[in-house]
Order: sequence, then C-alpha cells, then structure tokens
Amino acid sequence: MTQDADRSAWYVERFGEFTQALNGEAAAPIHQVRTDAIECFAELGFPTARDEEWRYTSLAALLREDLGVALGESPLPSDIEQWRVPGFDSHLLVFVDGIYQPALSSTADLAAGVYAGEMAAPLREAGRVDGLGDIARRGEDAFVELNTAFLRDGAHVRIARGVQLEQPIEVLFIASRPRCAVHPRLLVHVEDNASATLVERYVSLGNEVHLTNALAEFRVGENAQFDHYRVQSESNAALHVSALYVREERSSTFRSTCFTVGGALTRNHVHTQLQGEGIDSTLNGLYVAEGHQHVDNHTLIEHVQPHCQSHEFYKGILADDATGVFRGQILVHQAAQKTDAYQANRNLLLSDRAEINTKPQLEIYADDVKCSHGATIGQLDEDAIFYLRSRGIGRAAARRVLTRAFAGEVIERVRIEPLRALIEECVGQRLERAAALLE
Amino acid sequence: MLKIENLQASVGDTQILRGINLSVNAGEIHAIMGPNGSGKSTLAQVLAGRDGYEVTGGSASFLERDLLDMEPEERAREGLFLAFQYPVEIPGVNSTYFLRTGYNEICRHRGKEGLDAMDFLRLVREKLKLVEMDESFLKRSVNEGFSGGEKKRHEVLQMAVLEPRLAILDETDSGLDIDALRVVANGVNALRSPDKASIIVTHYQRLLEYIVPDYVHVLYKGCIVRSGGKELALELEEKGYDWVKGEAVGAAV
Repeated sequence: MTQDADRSAWYVERFGEFTQALNGEAAAPIHQVRTDAIECFAELGFPTARDEEWRYTSLAALLREDLGVALGESPLPSDIEQWRVPGFDSHLLVFVDGIYQPALSSTADLAAGVYAGEMAAPLREAGRVDGLGDIARRGEDAFVELNTAFLRDGAHVRIARGVQLEQPIEVLFIASRPRCAVHPRLLVHVEDNASATLVERYVSLGNEVHLTNALAEFRVGENAQFDHYRVQSESNAALHVSALYVREERSSTFRSTCFTVGGALTRNHVHTQLQGEGIDSTLNGLYVAEGHQHVDNHTLIEHVQPHCQSHEFYKGILADDATGVFRGQILVHQAAQKTDAYQANRNLLLSDRAEINTKPQLEIYADDVKCSHGATIGQLDEDAIFYLRSRGIGRAAARRVLTRAFAGEVIERVRIEPLRALIEECVGQRLERAAALLE
Repeated sequence: MLKIENLQASVGDTQILRGINLSVNAGEIHAIMGPNGSGKSTLAQVLAGRDGYEVTGGSASFLERDLLDMEPEERAREGLFLAFQYPVEIPGVNSTYFLRTGYNEICRHRGKEGLDAMDFLRLVREKLKLVEMDESFLKRSVNEGFSGGEKKRHEVLQMAVLEPRLAILDETDSGLDIDALRVVANGVNALRSPDKASIIVTHYQRLLEYIVPDYVHVLYKGCIVRSGGKELALELEEKGYDWVKGEAVGAAV
C-alpha cells in the first residue's frame, strides 16, 4: 500500500476509536452523517501531487505523522488572557481542541436576535444543526469529509434578520494537545438586512506537531453585511488545512481578510458563491513564511448571477527556503452578465531560494463582463533600501521596514485597531528568525 | 572636513570620474557645476555610498576617516547627508516614522538619546515651517504621490531635521519653480554655520542667486576643469558650458 492509503486507513481506525468514545451519542442521527463522511473519506483518500489542486503542495509532513484523536478532557490554557487580542472588546467563544469552553468564553450581553454558541448540545439532542453542511461541497474533498466525520462540536453564530451587531464576535480555536488531529467547525448565518463582524483565530498551546483541519460555512443573507477576519497564528510545527464555503445572497456585502502567520504547512481553500444580483464580495489575504514553511491559498469565486463585483487581493512574503502557492479561480457563469471581477496576487521573495507558484485561472462563460487579474513576484527595492540607509538606518533594519510596509497594504484593511496591532506583531515574530532579514 | 584626492570611479566598463580633487572645510559652501553627463551626480552618489559604482582609484576622507570604507548608514550617522536628485517613493512607510528612525539612529551613534514620537513631532513641526510644508505630509508614505517640488522640499525637510555636518544637494534645484527654489535655499542657508559645510551640485546658476557659494567648481568629463569664486558661476551663465568644453579640449592639446 502507498503511504497515502496507509494514512487514510489510520484515520479510519481513529474514527473507530472516536465512535467508541462517543458512547450513547453514537445513536443520534448525526452519527449517520459522520459514518457516511468517513466512508467517503476512505474512498477519496488524501490528495496527491497528481491531483491538479494539490500539485505544488506536498502532504508528506502530514502523512508521516501518527496523529491521534483528542478524546477526553483537553488541557486548558492556564491564562486565557494571554491568548486574547489586547484591547479588543469582543463577544468571545473559546474552543479547545474543537470543544466549546463556556468558562473561558465571554458572551454575556449578546443583543437580542444574536446567537453565538456551541453545536454540541443541539447535535446531541436534536441530532442536527440548522444549515450545517448545506454550503460546503460534499463528496469532493477528503479534508471536508474528515472534518464532518469527527464532528462533535463547533461554533454556531446566527444574526437574526435586521440586527446590526456592533460588537464583533470572536471565535478562538486553541489547539492544546500535541500529536493530535482536531477538526474545528464554524457555521455563520447573517440573515437578511443584518450586519456583523466576526474574527476567527487559530493558536497552538505547544510547539509540537498537530493538525488543525477546519471547516467553515457562511451564509450572507439578502442585503446583509458581513466582515470576516481569519488569523492563523499557530505554532511553527502546526499543520493547518482549512476550507471556507460562503453563500452570498442578493445585494449582500461580504468582506474577508485571511492572515496566515503560523504553521509549518498551511493550506487554505476559500469558495465563495455569489448567488444573487448586486453582491459585493472581497477576499483579502496575507501570508508570511520563513524557514521551510509552506503556505497554499486556493480561492474560487463563483459568479452565478449578474451585476456582482468581486475583489481579490492577496499578498505573500516568503523568506529563506519557504514556498508558497496561490491559485485564484474566478468562475463566471453564463447568466452572470455585467460581472466586475478583479484579482491581484503580489509576492515578495526575501531570498533566492524562496519560491512561489502563482496561478490565476479565469473561466468566463458570460460575454459582457469585466475581469482583470495580475500577479507579481519581486524582491525588495534596492533604491528604497539605499534611501533608508542614507538616512542612517542600517541595512537589516531597512529591509525589515520595507518588508513590514509590503505587509502593511493588507494589514491596513483591517478595520479593528487592536487586531491590526496583533497581526503586525505576528508578522514581525514570523519573520524574526528569517535569515534574510538579519544582518 | 571632506578631502577628495584623485578620485576615480566607474559604472561597469565606463569610467565616469577621472581624478577628482576637492577639499571642503567647515563653514564653506561649494558649488559643483557642469554639463549633463560630466559626472556630477556620480560624484554625489559615490560620496553617499551607493552600490553600483566602483571606485577604481584615489581616496576620500570625511572628518579624518576613510569615507569610502564606510557603509552608507555609517556615513549618514557621521553627519553626511545626500539630498537625492530623484527621491524614492516608499509606499507603506510613514514619513514621520522614517525620519524619526533615521534621526534616532544618528542620535544613538553619537551617544545621545533619541526622541519619542511626541517630542519628535514637535521638532518636525518646527522644521516644517522652514520648508513651508503642510503638516499633512507627515501622515503620508515617504514621497508617495508627492509632486516633484514636494519631493525636493521633503529632502530639505529631512536635511533640516537631521542637521548634517556635510550636506550634498544633488540637483535639488532642477525643475523647481521660483517659490520652491527659495524654500530650498532657505533650508541650506539655515544650516549655514562655522562647523557645517554644503556641496551644491547644480546644472544651473539660478540657485546660486539665493545661496552664495564660497567656491564654484566646474566638472567636465569626470575632472574638475576650473575652480573659482562665486563670479565663476556668473561667467558660466554668460558664456555657457561650451566655453569650458572648448577650454578643456584646449588644455588637453
């Protein structure tokens, strides 16, 4: 058997372990969904380099690890404050190894019409959660199936029709156990005419290898506004795979900004479906890697209806031997006339050995659309470095200043000041060890 | 303060400076004039330490130290300042942050404490008046979207804040209207003191109506072919560079 098949079998075995630990819960109707998912996963197997979608991202680092299931009580962080965003006043939901921790969370004073909480109880009692699994594509992606197979809890956020939620909701997923695979789940529904901001964060307690396999589904109702931030700042040993599926309805505004400033191996997949007319959809991203880290961002923006705009702006900084992948697919259906889609991917390579594979992919079936894309790969501007040095700033400091400035173009799009400060710090930390920025 | 002896430099295979000799003492203002392509800007860049120029002979010392052996940042910290002919746009780097970082590096180098953001802002506000610039510049990225004149004023602002011992202005007057020219001149004149010096590299005599130099040198084909007092600039203006070119050819014969 190949390593790939061996490893698939390993996770099927872990599913058996997981099922046993569920005891009576395995009798709930949701368990059938899990069983179907693990079967589908076993059939699909882990993707390989032969799979076009995974051509430049090797899963070897994941396939060689025996990662267990996080059963029983997870160790909790001794001080939750140190994991919070300093100065950020949010409704906070904390999940440790995928399980909701009410004692660490603070969701008091939630406005009427807002639900933000766990999925465990409804899954156990009602056997289902409204809308869960409706948006994610099933039967195609091994990681989506794996997440569903191990589904036990997750964050569920619902903003009722017309509610304008001022205070952001923050969902903090903490990976606490080394050598485990956890499968965080997130479901958000911003109903018609409502507005909300949500921050999704991922951190690790330790420095040992672990897998986070996250799956999120967002539904943005008619004329609703949803501002989303995703900050992955897990440890440098973490393996992180994520999928985000978004369904946008008529005249809605969706804006997502995704930061990858952690992890040894990261793969983010985002698929937005613009299912109504007059939608404004934005995907921003920043990824930073050094050492032998690898970051892969795949996005698919699907224009289904006419008169929609999509804007995509991803930037990457790769130092040392780091590698990156950006694939930006834009699919414009035949009915989606007057689509206005813009995509840009800009990369800064800080060493000769760093690599980026960037690939725009436009598939357009309508004849009256405006689509543009651009990808750039460059180094720091030597003229700018000299300019800074001629004012007394040392070479290494000048390089750091210019690198931060490159990242700044995405960071400044964050509308929450304390979050912006945190991200700036994470970017600095991520590059601290990068030889390319040392004297 | 600055002593240049037989300085030769080339870019690639092309020799541009062919033996420059120049001494600048504290308290002096020198003007270096010359036609296009004579090596004026190369001289300024070599003195500031720009990569890409190879010094093939001669020497340059600054405050008794070997200038050519110093990194560009070291030269700046020692008190050498180059006002760029073409200032670089740096998107994403705030002008005030940029200037304060340089200022504090220079302070530290001299064993002094730097300024915090508030105190530095006070200092810059004072200097802004000198260059007649609006405070809104401080919030913008370095030179980004600045007009030609704004970029040059920004160079003079930096010079006023960093208070160099030796300022080299590389064609700072080119393309400026008379108001901007006056501002540049005010900046240089404000720095004038017995322990400081300036080198004004220029193509035109116009700026020298506002900044009266102690010495004028004419650079042609990588050599200083004539030196004199401020009246040399007027003579050049009158007779044009062809006069020097003719003389240089004559001298070579």
